[in-house]
Amino acid sequence: MRLAGFYVFAVAIILLPILFQDNYFVTVVGISAGLHVILAVGLNLLMGYAGQISLGHAAFFGMGAYASGILTTRYAWPAPLAMFAGLTVVGLIAWLLARPILRLHGHYLAMATLGFGIVVHVIMVQATHWTGGPDGLSGIPTLDLFGWPVDSDLRWYAVVAAAMLLAIWLSLNLIDSRIGRALRAVHGSEFAAQMLGIDTGRTKTQVFVVSALFAAFAGSLFAHQQGFVSPDSFSLMVSVELVTMVVLGGMASTFGAACGAIALTLLHAGLVVFEDYEMLIHGALLMAVMIFMPQGLFVGLDQAVRRLLRRSGN
Amino acid sequence: MLDQLFQFLVTGITVGSIYALVGLGFALIYNASDVVNFAQGEFVMLGAMTAIALLAAGLPLPLAAIVATTIVVIVGLLLERFAIEPALGASVVATIIITIGAAIFLRGIAMLLWGKDFRSLPPFSGDTPIRIGSATLLPQSLWVLGVTVALVVLVRLFFDRTLVGKALLACSFNRAAAKLVGINVRVMLRLAYGLSAGFGALAGILVAPITFSSYEAGVMLGLKGFSAAIVGGIGNPMGAVTGGLLLGVLESLGAGFISSGYKDAIAFLFVLMVLFFEPTGLFGHKTAERV
Amino acid sequence: MPFVSYREKNQDQNQTRGDTMKTGFWRNILAAMLLGAGGLANGAEPIKIGSFLTVTGPASFLGDPELKTLQMYVEAINAKGGINGHPLELIHYDTGGKAQDAVSFVKRLIRNDKVDMIVGGTTSGDTLAAIPEVEKESIPLISLAGGIEIVEPVKKWVFKVAHTDRMAAAKIFEDLRKRNLIKVALITGDGGFDKSGHEQLLKLAPQYGITIVADESYGNKDSDMTTQLTKIRGSDAQVIINFGFGQAPAIVTKNLKQLGITLPLYQSHGVASKTFIDLAGDAAEGVRLPAAALVVAEQLLDTDPQKPVLLAYKKLYEAKYGPVSTFGGHAYDGLYIAVGAIQRAGGTDKTKVRDEIEKTKGFIGTAGVFNMSPEDHMGLNLDAFKMVEIRNGGWKIVE
Repeated sequence: MRLAGFYVFAVAIILLPILFQDNYFVTVVGISAGLHVILAVGLNLLMGYAGQISLGHAAFFGMGAYASGILTTRYAWPAPLAMFAGLTVVGLIAWLLARPILRLHGHYLAMATLGFGIVVHVIMVQATHWTGGPDGLSGIPTLDLFGWPVDSDLRWYAVVAAAMLLAIWLSLNLIDSRIGRALRAVHGSEFAAQMLGIDTGRTKTQVFVVSALFAAFAGSLFAHQQGFVSPDSFSLMVSVELVTMVVLGGMASTFGAACGAIALTLLHAGLVVFEDYEMLIHGALLMAVMIFMPQGLFVGLDQAVRRLLRRSGN
Repeated sequence: MLDQLFQFLVTGITVGSIYALVGLGFALIYNASDVVNFAQGEFVMLGAMTAIALLAAGLPLPLAAIVATTIVVIVGLLLERFAIEPALGASVVATIIITIGAAIFLRGIAMLLWGKDFRSLPPFSGDTPIRIGSATLLPQSLWVLGVTVALVVLVRLFFDRTLVGKALLACSFNRAAAKLVGINVRVMLRLAYGLSAGFGALAGILVAPITFSSYEAGVMLGLKGFSAAIVGGIGNPMGAVTGGLLLGVLESLGAGFISSGYKDAIAFLFVLMVLFFEPTGLFGHKTAERV
Repeated sequence: MPFVSYREKNQDQNQTRGDTMKTGFWRNILAAMLLGAGGLANGAEPIKIGSFLTVTGPASFLGDPELKTLQMYVEAINAKGGINGHPLELIHYDTGGKAQDAVSFVKRLIRNDKVDMIVGGTTSGDTLAAIPEVEKESIPLISLAGGIEIVEPVKKWVFKVAHTDRMAAAKIFEDLRKRNLIKVALITGDGGFDKSGHEQLLKLAPQYGITIVADESYGNKDSDMTTQLTKIRGSDAQVIINFGFGQAPAIVTKNLKQLGITLPLYQSHGVASKTFIDLAGDAAEGVRLPAAALVVAEQLLDTDPQKPVLLAYKKLYEAKYGPVSTFGGHAYDGLYIAVGAIQRAGGTDKTKVRDEIEKTKGFIGTAGVFNMSPEDHMGLNLDAFKMVEIRNGGWKIVE
């Protein structure tokens, strides 16, 4: 029953393109939302369960994307190999970075991750020779899954939806595993967790690496799906947006993070029609949600529905 | 070579004093509420833009500066009353997201009010460069430096010598305990937001003649100010100033001797190194973790 | 009149007069409604022009006047009865300068809004990102961005109307040769416009016998560039070129004065707006830059065919929004090339419109006179730029 929500969600994702064929909000915004879900679910493992904030997550996302982009366009590597290489490199960097960076707490950790994000972003902009500079890298080939070219939005929707469901499933299982329980203990009180014999450093390192890998995986898909990458997709603002997704949806809940990612992506696509008023409304909505549902949309709506049911029951 | 180095240092200090001034505002709010206010940069932008608009409307510069600062203080108080206070029990991250929302909201308002163009304030005492040996700097930079120093001294006195200041600090150390000894936490929060909004506005007005301003100017200044505050050890006003100056000098030396394209990366790599060795910043409280 | 005969026949079949009256009445109403709807569909079906511009974000001062221009002229065209009786409908999305949003919005324009053609892409990054989608969907695109890569190599469905950064670089180097200044220091920002201009300057320099003796960079949001300029002072440069837009070039200009560096300064066409002069103040005096004729419209000879077009645009824009910028002018050019092509094609058939855009000849726009061809999807030559100098807070042609 633990995975009941997962199955309901999966069915909804499969039904959407059938109910709304060739709809922009399903096959174009949907892909972007799906990638954001992978990112947010990964970040939620770090933020929601290990209690560590990261304001540099876009860097891992970008590194995955650029690895795929550079290796396939400049060195003609096959896409899966490039993706694998990207994941390896990101995993390694995250592992090296984890120990010193996770010794920090709260705002200092936020600063360190933010600094890391900026360093990576500067390299993307300045190392024109590899990255193509601010205008980015184009001509990245699309994926080819065993002779099945992913060359239309609908096919990409399928691929991203599958990847997203995989990410959610992994996350749900991870949380229920021994590592997950250790994680929650670390979040509750690191000191107490240590007393219980949990190697908190190791646990935190593991989840940091996993979280980075989720992001790199999403980045690689993003590069192949877009066909180009440019630094503005991986800026500090994107990192901030990812954190917002997790908190907005509801921390420490895989579905909460997913919900936040989808909500914020749709919000952006929807608000664009307001032109100059977009920012005003966007800011006001963010504030309103956090003021009235400090636990996030997912928990907030859940509670609201329960209240309503109870009232109708009486 | 030595001449160049001297100019690099002077440039670094003038840029750093801008970061320091913005960083002070972060330190202040953090002291009272344990929250980093991501709308601090927007206070800076609002101060500059309001002053520019008032000046254009015909007010003399000193009056425009005072009125603009007052307006931004009111904005800060409104933000505290209608966005921070209702979420008093919420987690720190939720509060951070509220301030991010506020930042976007304020940027949106500024864009609607003043459009997207960059605007400038005239320098307070002309723009004839001042020579110090082989280096030059603008009189406006001296204004920034001077006000930063004055504010640091004032803040120090405020926290060390006045009852209100001590009460404010108490709120940050332990809100429940502060309440128990009869400190009105809400009033203290309002005070902190009002003060740091005022600091931000003042910073904006002082730096606008050098950096210009637009509805988006708060993003960059906020980021650098935040970094300054953290490197120095958040909550310590002296630390924020040291952090700001350090960041400025590093950027300048990095651009001068290594690569101007990578100067931000150089500065932030250094910040990372500082944090790896001093996990609570240069002058942060080395507090034990609560269990 | 087949409809009438149908009614008569129907009347005969009806048995009672009252019944006939009733059904006839309703039929007439229905017919009127159908006719009305049909008339609407025939006479007033709008021509949909899609657009994606950078109206917010760092490049907003390019995109903002572009959008205003598009809105203003779509309104003006509709007030005069539209194109061949069809009103124009403008559908616009703001990319905020994010290339991924540009792609997404182009898909939205094509799929959801079913636009007939697209005018837009404020920046090269946005345009380049959108090109694969445009080519795949076979829809004409007129870009307002500068990058030469947009039309080189030629892409079937893609056109552009803004001057390229290569033209700007060439124009600056021509002027340097005239003044015999051959040792150049470059200082550029970290945006797409800056980097692309930087690349063209480096590429063209040898052709003009120019050596680059210093090459510095800054962040577009930096507040001080004296460090980089101090390094340039230490080189043996005879002239400084700053390629960029926004507030940064104004800071560079001010910093130069602060350091007491008296080398001549060249800026790019990216600062050809009143804002730059306002921001840089006195320090802007003597700065040279290649600019579109729009900023010096009044100084053109009366025989110049561009003059009336420029003055008309300027008058209309300034009456509504304040000082013109050359960037808004690109939107005018793009829109009117599109309108001309649709008129000549006699409809919105995409292939016909594309062919007609390619046949644009002698179109007098704000950026210059356009002569497109299958090999040249921009159609401007170097004459489209004027070398101007800032004097007494205004622009002066110096060639």
